[in-house]
Amino acid sequence: MPIITFEGHQYDCRQDETILECLTRHGLLIPSSCQNGVCQTCLSKAVKGEPTAESQKGLKDTLVAQGYFLACVCKPQADIEMAVADVSHADVGVTVVEKQMLNESVVRLRLSCDETLDYVAGQFVNVKHPMTELVRSYSLASLPDEDCLELHVKRVPDGRMSGYLHDQAKVGDRFLLTGAAGDCFYTEKDLQQPLLMVAVGTGLAPMYGILRDALQRGHRGDIHIYHASLAVQGLYYIDEMNTLAQQHENVHYIPCVMHGEAPAGGQQGDIQQIVQSSMPSLRGWRVYVCGDPAIVHGLKQTCFMAGAAMPDIYSDPFVFSEK
Amino acid sequence: MSIYDDLGGDASIDAAVDIFYRRVLGDSYIKRFFEGVDMDKQAGKQKAFLTMVFGGPNNYTGQDMREGHKHLVEKMGLNDTHFEHVLAHLRSTLAELGVGGDKIQEIIDIADSVRADVLNK
Repeated sequence: MPIITFEGHQYDCRQDETILECLTRHGLLIPSSCQNGVCQTCLSKAVKGEPTAESQKGLKDTLVAQGYFLACVCKPQADIEMAVADVSHADVGVTVVEKQMLNESVVRLRLSCDETLDYVAGQFVNVKHPMTELVRSYSLASLPDEDCLELHVKRVPDGRMSGYLHDQAKVGDRFLLTGAAGDCFYTEKDLQQPLLMVAVGTGLAPMYGILRDALQRGHRGDIHIYHASLAVQGLYYIDEMNTLAQQHENVHYIPCVMHGEAPAGGQQGDIQQIVQSSMPSLRGWRVYVCGDPAIVHGLKQTCFMAGAAMPDIYSDPFVFSEK
Repeated sequence: MSIYDDLGGDASIDAAVDIFYRRVLGDSYIKRFFEGVDMDKQAGKQKAFLTMVFGGPNNYTGQDMREGHKHLVEKMGLNDTHFEHVLAHLRSTLAELGVGGDKIQEIIDIADSVRADVLNK
């Protein structure tokens, strides 16, 4: 009889019983609705052990890769330790080892971790302000096999966290973060598939990670990466991106600006319209979109209407908090 | 046997959502109601709705439907004509999936039964 471990307690699971039924029988109520693996209300995460294939059917591959499953249709074959959807992470102490402005409003922080942080390129961490209770999410631009975590922090007017990271935090300073989380990352489901990547502003941080991760894993299909900003001053990593494009025949880098002149090889105009006219058909493509939520939501619809299938569209809409 | 089972269960709903959502977003008369909406969340809701009208496992509540559309009715003027457009897209989605005429009418009748909730009447 498999044993289910949940919130530090162990429950025996009867033969032919689902995890949801088992927990309910033991008097535990986790959120659930359809009981048929459709609505995803009971989305859970395996911390140890393997969920059944049946219980991961219909989930996005990035969720499957992180061990998510549906408790209402999971009849475990072996012991499993689980948590309800978002698992809370322990704090990790980090030290600022490098700080550099990437343009007039974005600073790059490189952080060394006290212990190894388990993450996939493109995921985000939650940074804790050292003096207050404030927490803000930042996407990782680094790869897990690199020495440091890399964050790109845009200064928000009167922002408390971005203000701290821009003005106060200096090399050698320490703070805590938790993570990593997020389901916008590269998976090796098809190395030949053409990829469209659209990053708006500091959406380039996760995208820089996802792009390099894809290349490191040997992605062979064409990769078109658009970096959009209001004006050329808002772009950054132009040299790094051009270098990647020179080193890899399949990488095409297109810097885009709404106003003024675009850098060499770039385009001027509204990013949604640029994508719409440059990519008339996205049938069979995989799409990544990161950055400002309104633009991300719009671009997802644009790409879907251009033929991309819904499970092939990955996004990380940044949520900006006032101050 | 429900139409849900008839069509092949869960996988058929995914196919239906894909076709249905493309038709709805491609309709310039109703497209504005979907602007700025997160597609993944929206597709999840459409999946739950289509599962319900196909007679599959669901937990439909008129209350959710009312609350989910309230701001569209009050702030953006969502009305019967828009609802008719969506029904028409559902009809053509079913036809594209090869559902027979009688069954289509049966499904449309179920979908039409949520009209008052959607329009907060």
